[in-house]
Amino acid sequence: MRLSGLEPLVISSASNFVNVGERTNVTGSRKFLRLIKEDRYDEALEVARDQVEGGAQILDVNMDEGMLDGKAAMVKFLHLIAAEPDIARIPIMIDSSKWEIIEAGLKCVQGKSVVNSISLKGGEEEFIRQARLVRRYGAAVIVMAFDEEGQADTYARRIEICERSYRILVDKVGFPSEDIIFDPNIFPVATGIEEHRRNALDFFEATQWIKENLPGAKVSGGVSNVSFSFRGNQLVREAMHSAFLYHGIRHGMDMGIVNPSMLEVYEEIPAELLERVEDVLLDRRDDATERLLEFADTVKGEARSKEKDLAWRDLAVEKRIEHALVKGIVDHIEADVEEARPQFEKVLGLIEGPLMDGMNVVGDLFGSGKMFLPQVVKSARVMKRAVAYLEPYLEAEKALSSDVSKKGKILLATVKGDVHDIGKNIVGVVLACNNFDIVDLGVMVPLQEIISKAKEEEVDIIGLSGLITPSLDEMIEVAKEMERQEMDIPLMIGGATTSRAHTAVKIFPEYSQIVVHVNDASRSVPIAQALANKESRAKIKDSIAEEYTDLRSKYLNRSAAKNLISLAEARENAFKIDDSQKAEAPKVLGRQEPLNFDLKVLREYIDWTPFFQTWQLHGKYPRILNDEVVGKEAQKLFADAQEMLDSIVEENWLEAKGVFGIWEAQRSGADDITLLEAGHERARFYSLRQQTKKAKAAANLALADFISAENDHLGCFAVCAGLGIESKLKEFAANHDDYSAILLKALADRLAEAAAEYLHAEVRKKYWAYSDDEELSNQELIAEAYRGIRPAPGYPACPDHLEKITIFELLQAEEIGMGLTESLAMNPAASVSGYYFGHPQAKYFGLGKINRDQVEDYAQRKGISLKEAEKWLRPNLNYDL
Amino acid sequence: MTKKEIFDLLDSRILVLDGAMGTMIQRYKLEEKDYRGERFADWKSDLKGNNDLLSLSQPEIIKDIHRAYLEAGADIIETNTFNSTRASMADYGMEDLVPEINRAAARVAKEAALEYTSENPAKPRLVAGSIGPTSKTASLSPDVNNPGFRAIDFDTLAENYYEQAKALIEGGADVLLVETVFDTLNAKAALFALQNLFDDLEREYPIMVSGTITDASGRTLSGQTTEAFLTSISHVPLLSIGLNCALGADQLRPYVQTLAHAAPFAVSAHPNAGLPNAFGEYDQGPEEMKALIKEYLERNIVNVIGGCCGTTPEHIRAIADLVQDFEPREIPSLV
Repeated sequence: MRLSGLEPLVISSASNFVNVGERTNVTGSRKFLRLIKEDRYDEALEVARDQVEGGAQILDVNMDEGMLDGKAAMVKFLHLIAAEPDIARIPIMIDSSKWEIIEAGLKCVQGKSVVNSISLKGGEEEFIRQARLVRRYGAAVIVMAFDEEGQADTYARRIEICERSYRILVDKVGFPSEDIIFDPNIFPVATGIEEHRRNALDFFEATQWIKENLPGAKVSGGVSNVSFSFRGNQLVREAMHSAFLYHGIRHGMDMGIVNPSMLEVYEEIPAELLERVEDVLLDRRDDATERLLEFADTVKGEARSKEKDLAWRDLAVEKRIEHALVKGIVDHIEADVEEARPQFEKVLGLIEGPLMDGMNVVGDLFGSGKMFLPQVVKSARVMKRAVAYLEPYLEAEKALSSDVSKKGKILLATVKGDVHDIGKNIVGVVLACNNFDIVDLGVMVPLQEIISKAKEEEVDIIGLSGLITPSLDEMIEVAKEMERQEMDIPLMIGGATTSRAHTAVKIFPEYSQIVVHVNDASRSVPIAQALANKESRAKIKDSIAEEYTDLRSKYLNRSAAKNLISLAEARENAFKIDDSQKAEAPKVLGRQEPLNFDLKVLREYIDWTPFFQTWQLHGKYPRILNDEVVGKEAQKLFADAQEMLDSIVEENWLEAKGVFGIWEAQRSGADDITLLEAGHERARFYSLRQQTKKAKAAANLALADFISAENDHLGCFAVCAGLGIESKLKEFAANHDDYSAILLKALADRLAEAAAEYLHAEVRKKYWAYSDDEELSNQELIAEAYRGIRPAPGYPACPDHLEKITIFELLQAEEIGMGLTESLAMNPAASVSGYYFGHPQAKYFGLGKINRDQVEDYAQRKGISLKEAEKWLRPNLNYDL
Repeated sequence: MTKKEIFDLLDSRILVLDGAMGTMIQRYKLEEKDYRGERFADWKSDLKGNNDLLSLSQPEIIKDIHRAYLEAGADIIETNTFNSTRASMADYGMEDLVPEINRAAARVAKEAALEYTSENPAKPRLVAGSIGPTSKTASLSPDVNNPGFRAIDFDTLAENYYEQAKALIEGGADVLLVETVFDTLNAKAALFALQNLFDDLEREYPIMVSGTITDASGRTLSGQTTEAFLTSISHVPLLSIGLNCALGADQLRPYVQTLAHAAPFAVSAHPNAGLPNAFGEYDQGPEEMKALIKEYLERNIVNVIGGCCGTTPEHIRAIADLVQDFEPREIPSLV
C-alpha cells in the first residue's frame, strides 16, 4: 500500500507495524475536543505536530461530536494542516462515521489518504457508491466488519463480512486490494460474560484468515477497546494493550490506533501479569477472567483505597469540611459543621471561613479544568446542606447580612414560553458555589416580572436562558424593554439555542448597556465576576462592544453572500421518491388509544451520550466512561444515574405516556402533505424546502418529498416522561439537593427520548408493521439503522414550531397531560413529538437558509401573515427583517 | 484513434510532444487589435496577452504554429488552451466563452494534425487537450495571515475542469493533458472531473499528467516530493505521468528518473529551454537542448519527450531526429 502526505509512505509486508496518531480525534481526546470547540486551532495543530514528532506515520483526524459542526471543523483543520509542512508530510486518516464529513475531508487533501471507515452497514448499494467515490478521490479505505445485520462479533461473522466486502470491492468496484484495510472489530475481554471470552482470539484468528485468504488486504483496529473492563486500572490496561498488539502483529495486524502513552513494553510486563493477561486474550483457561480480576485487585488495592477513604475522618475539622466539599461527600457535613461551630465567635465566621475556603478550592479546581461539572454540583449540595444546618443559628445571631460578603446578586430566568431549565439551574449552582447570591425566577417568566424583580432585588446581573428558538425573540424583547426603561444592569444570555453570533447580531444592538453571551457554566463565573464589579465592568463593556460589533459586521457581510436558488428551481430539483418502495398500509388507522409506558422497558432504550453532554462531559457513550480525562467522573455520574433510575422505576417517581396515529396521506402540490380520513381531508402539514444550491445529483429536499402523490401514509406521535416530576423536585429542593433535582430532570428528558425511540420501534414492527422482522440493538437504534424517520417540528428538517399545533390537535395530546406554551414549547419539558415517515428513502436533513419567495408562499399556503411566518422561521431566513 | 491504439503506439516508440505555444505567438508581435479581431473589437477589458483567445480571433496563426511543430516531427500537439478555464478566463470576463474557446482550439489542432496524418498514415499525429493548473490553488492560502483560507475549492475546480475537458473532446482532442501541476489537489480535482465526464460520455479517453517541480528543493509548489506526487494520483489509470516547465532539461532529469523508476505508467518530460536569463528569455539553443535530452534517452527513462517554455520548432526537430535512434522505456503497466 502506498500513501502520501507531502512525502510518500509505503506499507509492505516487510514494513513494521504502522502507528496511527490518534490524539487529533475529538472522540478519543478530551483535550483536542476542547481546543476545537474553543476554536483554539493553533494549539490543536500543536497536538498534531506532537504526534508527528512522536513517530506517528499516519495522522487520524476525527471531528465526530454532537456539539461540533463536524464537517466545517474537518475542513478547517485539514486546511490548516496543509499549511504546516512538518505535519502535512505524513498521510491523513479521515475518520468519521458520517459520509459527508469524509467526503468533505477528501476534498481537502492533496496526498493519498485513508478513509476510516465504510461498511456494509447501510447495504450493498451504499457501500459500492461510497467505495467508488473513495477510489475516485484517490484514497485507501478502512472497512469495518459490519453489515446490514450488525457488527461482526464472532470469528465466523468477521470472516464472512470481510470476505463479502472484499469480493464486492475487488470484483464489482475494481478497488485495488492493496488499498483495502479491514477493521475486524476489537471488543473487550474479561467482561465476565461468557460470549466475550473469545473476543480477542476471534480477532486474532480473523486477522490471520484475512491475511491468508484475502490477498493484499491489510488489518487494523482500535486497540484500547480490548481493556475496557479494566478502565481505571492503568497497569493492567497497558499490559493488555501491549500483549494484544504483540499477538495481533504475529497474526498479521498491519496497523492500529493506539495511544502510545497507554502502552507497556511487552518485555517489561511482569511475568505473572503477562501470563494472566494472555490467558484472557487467548482464552487459555476457564478461570482466566477471575484470575486477572484477582490480580487487578491486588495492584489496584481496593482494600487499601477503602481504608484511605475513611482516613480523612481523622483530619482536623476544617480539613474535613474542605475534603467533604471537594469530594462532594454529604454524609458527615452536619456533624462536622456542628463540631466546628463552637470554634467561631459567629456562625458567619464558619461560613466565610472553612466553608467558603473549601468552595474556593472547588472553584479553582473547576476553573482550571481539574474538576468537572457533576462534581461541582455535588460540592454545592454539601455547601447548601451545611448552610441550611446553620441557618437557625444565623437567624439567632441576627447576622443575616450575608449580602455583604457576597460577590454580587444575579437574577436567572428561563424566558416566557420556554420550560427548559436544566442548563440554567446548573449555571445557578455554579455561580452560587462561587459566592454569588442567586435569585432564580424559574421557567416561563414574563419580561415584566424579570424586570420588576431585578429592580426590587437590586440585582447586579440578569441572566436569561432558553432552549427553543422562539425564546431568542423573547430575549430580544427583554433587551428592548430594558433599554426603554433606561436600565443599566448587564444582561447575560445562555442556553442551548443561543449563540455568540445571535447575541452579537440580534440582542446586543437592542441594549446600549452590556449584553454578553455565556456558552457554558464554567465560563459564567469569570464573566459574572467581571460584571459584578463596577470597575471591571466598564472595562469589559468596551471589549465586548468591540468584539460584538466586529462579529456583527462579519456576520452581516457573510450572510449577505449566501446564494440561494428560487423556490421554483428548488421544486424542480425535488427528490423523486420511488413509489414502488412505499411502506405497506398500516395495520391500524387514525388516532390510537394513549399508551402508558413501562419505565423498566424505557430505560433500556436510553441514549446516554446527550445525558453526559447535559453535564458538560463530552464524548460518546460508552466510550466516555473510559475517557482518560473525564472517564472517572462520567462513571460516577453514570452510577448515580443508574441508582436514581432504579428508584424512578421501583417507586414510580415518573409516569411516561404516549399517543400516536397513522393516517392515509398524499403529497399535495409540491410541498404539502394532506392527511385523509374516510376520503376527506383531515389535516394538512406544510413542509419547507431547501433552497441552497446543490451539487449535481443532490436534491433540494422537503419532508413532503418522502410522501407519494397518492395512497401513502404518515404517522404522528407525542410522548412525555415528565409526568409527576414536581413532587420529587419539591422534595429535593427541601433537602437543598440541586444535584438530584438536575439529575432527575436530565433523566426525565432521556426517558422521553427513549419513549420516542421505543414507540417508534413498536409502530414499525406492530402497528404500521412495515418492518415486522426488525431486530436492532439499542446502539443500532441510536445510530438510526432502522427504516423510516421521525423528524420533530422545531428541529432542522422542519424548523416551524407551528406544525406542533396540528400534531397536538390530531393526537388530542392534552389527554395525556401534554400542552404547548405560547412559544410552542412542549409542557412538561420532558416531551417529544413529531412525524413518522415509513419510506426507506426518507432521511434526516437540515433545511438551511430559505428566501423570501418561500416564506411568502408558505405564509399563503398556511393562511398566516408574512410577518407571522417570518417570526417563526426567523433563524432560517436568508434576509434581514 | 482508439484508446487502445494510442496505448499501443506509445508502447512501440518514443513519442515527441510539441514545444512552447507562447514563445511562438510572441514571434508574431501581435497587438491589442490583433487579439480582439473583429468579434471582440468592443470587448470591455484589455485582451492583449489572452493567448487562448487567439483560437477564436486568429485561428490561422494558431494553426500555422501547430503546422510548424508537426512539420518539425511532433507526434503530439497541445491545444492552445492552457488558461481556458472559468477560473482563469475570469481575468478577462470571458467565463462564458470557455466552451467555445476550447472547442475551437481543439478543432484547429485536429485539422492541422489530420493534414499530416493523411500525408503519412504511418506516423499518426495526436491532439492533446491542454488543461492547465488555473490561476488558483486548492491546497495553499494566498493570504499569509490566514493559512486556513482557500481562494478556490475542490468542487469549483472540478466543475471548471469538467467544462473544459468536455469542450476539448467535442472539438476533437484525442488525449487530455493535465499539465504544469503545481498543486496536486488541483490535479486530483481535474482527474475526478475527467472520470465523471467519461462516465457521462460512456467513453474513456487517455489521460496524461505532468507535474512541475518548482525549484531545486525537488518539490512541487504545494510541497510534495516527486514520489508523493506520483502516489497521490496513481489511483487513475493514466497514459503517462511526467514533469514539465520551471526547470531546464538538466535540472529536471533527476526527478524524471525518480518517476521512471517508480511509475507504473508511461513517463513524459517536457522541460524548458534552460533557465530564463535576466530578461526572462530562454537562451538554450536546439543543439544544446538536444545534448541534454540525449542523456534521458541513453538512460532509457522516457516514453514521451518534448519542450515547454522557450522551445521552438527548431528544438523539436532536433529532438525528433534524436529519438529515432532510441528505444522507449518499458512501461510496467503494459507488461
